[in-house]
Amino acid sequence: MRSARGASVRRRLVRAPGAVAGGALLLALFLFAFAGPHLSGWGYADIDYSALHRPPDARHWLGTNRIGQDVYAQCARGLQKSLLIGALAAGFSTGLAAVVGVCAGYFGGWADRALMLLVDLMLVVPAFLVLVVVAPRLRALGWLAYVGLIAAFGWMITARAVRAMTRSLKERQFVAVARHMGVGPVVVIRRHILPHMASFLVTDATVAVAGAVISETGLSYFGFGVQPPDVSLGTLIADASDVPTTYPWMFYFPAGLLVLLVLAFHLIGDALRDALDPEPGAVVVGGEAGSRV
Amino acid sequence: MLALLAKRLTNCLILLLASTFLCYLISSAALDPRAYFEDRTPRPPAAVVEARLAEIGLDSGTPVTERFGHWAWRALHGDLGRTLDGTPVDAEFGRRVGVTARLLIVGTVVGTVLGVLAGVWAAVRRGRLPDRALTLFSFVVLSVPPFVLGLLLQAGALTVNDAAGRTVIRYTGERTPGLEGGAATQLRDAAVHLALPTVSVALGAVAAYSRYQRGATLDVLASDHLRTAQAKGLTPGRALLRHGLRTSLIPLTAFFSFGFLTLFTGAVFTEKIYGWHGMGSWFIESVQRGDVNAAMAVEVFSAALVLLAGLVADLLHSALDPRVRYA
Repeated sequence: MRSARGASVRRRLVRAPGAVAGGALLLALFLFAFAGPHLSGWGYADIDYSALHRPPDARHWLGTNRIGQDVYAQCARGLQKSLLIGALAAGFSTGLAAVVGVCAGYFGGWADRALMLLVDLMLVVPAFLVLVVVAPRLRALGWLAYVGLIAAFGWMITARAVRAMTRSLKERQFVAVARHMGVGPVVVIRRHILPHMASFLVTDATVAVAGAVISETGLSYFGFGVQPPDVSLGTLIADASDVPTTYPWMFYFPAGLLVLLVLAFHLIGDALRDALDPEPGAVVVGGEAGSRV
Repeated sequence: MLALLAKRLTNCLILLLASTFLCYLISSAALDPRAYFEDRTPRPPAAVVEARLAEIGLDSGTPVTERFGHWAWRALHGDLGRTLDGTPVDAEFGRRVGVTARLLIVGTVVGTVLGVLAGVWAAVRRGRLPDRALTLFSFVVLSVPPFVLGLLLQAGALTVNDAAGRTVIRYTGERTPGLEGGAATQLRDAAVHLALPTVSVALGAVAAYSRYQRGATLDVLASDHLRTAQAKGLTPGRALLRHGLRTSLIPLTAFFSFGFLTLFTGAVFTEKIYGWHGMGSWFIESVQRGDVNAAMAVEVFSAALVLLAGLVADLLHSALDPRVRYA
């Protein structure tokens, strides 16, 4: 953003303690996830047979698990996986929401009715339960399948908000002028509609990362998500869930990282929303704009 | 109003049917009940496996639409079929539905009431310590996934019990097995077991609802009609209670139905972690076994709950806002 608005948004962001804290937190987590593995000599799948259930020490910085795997290396790898899956899934789901919402709002008529019926239906289908049912079948396709799956069940509420925004934008004069001058719908949408909701979409995608991370780790916690030997924060927490008080390092490190990761995206999303749209009370934490069946 | 309700109800039934069909398609395509029988030792002959599958309506020879037809027809008559080991799904459903309902109802009531109260309080004290503390609390709670929250509370209970040297907080099961005593003892036992899972389910709801309510109350506090009420001589507190609260609750009804879905998803984790034999833990076990009929029962239950919550939200909305009633 190079405009005057961009400058003022940036100023507001730098001044917001939540944005600064969230940004710093995310940067630290990002560095840990992608540079962290290179700092330690242990790989996430390496097994040290001489150190089972060892508490943190100089050899294993965050201790070891039941079979002698290094918790530091596993946390870094798990964070990497959860971060990647969450960010990609959120990007896809917001993108899908934008396409569906804009089409429904702009074209109206039967397209609108059909797409909104799809939204209503998808909201009634129990998303997490279907994820649990389908995920094991997609194991062979690798972790990218979970990205698609989580995105496929997370776009509906945003699509409704986008539709409402598109409908009100369509009534505005600059859109009407463009249409009457004979500009095609694709160009009108790209040039005149999407730029006006870009800030909403960016904010929504940020908060959606938090939701996608929670979905992925939840699936992995039940054993339906990321499969061994690969790890996600969810599988690490599941491994430690019987023994949180006996071997606390196995539980509290991945759980803490997961909470910090979700918190970082909530903080940044909230600060972005305030900075982009200074009117209070527009949208709420969790990314759920007002909607109902 | 009645016409509106009838229209909503029809809409709900159509959506329920469509979503049930979709769930059936997905579940019968993704789950593999065959493995449950084939993995036995000695491995049963293919014909036996096929016969058992046909018995419970899961044979792969019949097209899925036809299987759905049979299943749906019996389901309409109150028969949800049989589980893989041949017991009726209905019986298991009846055993488990109460367990989940207890968790969900208590969780919803506690979560909504506390959330609304906290939200109003924070809005009135805007920018001061209670508001900041509550904002921080909701951010942190909303950032803790439900299974981590459940495990953390459980670990906390364990620490408290160890420190006290006896079981102060119960954290497994729905009741103490083999407990002797009258109705009062039983009830107290159930309540003690309910405490931690309820906190686990309700905490997220408190955090979310307090955020919504805070925003809605702030909007109302700035409104003209509240200023008028104060100009008439009402104290700010009375004005907010008599004229503000009702208006500020209206936008909240829109979040109610999806908040409920989130609550149910959270309850799946909570049941599994606390060893409750409810619908959520049943679902996870059924999927692991590839039991299509049992999984379908929970999926339909969940879809029906969401629609029901939507209807409740509509009723609350029309109770709060007369414009909806007389439209």
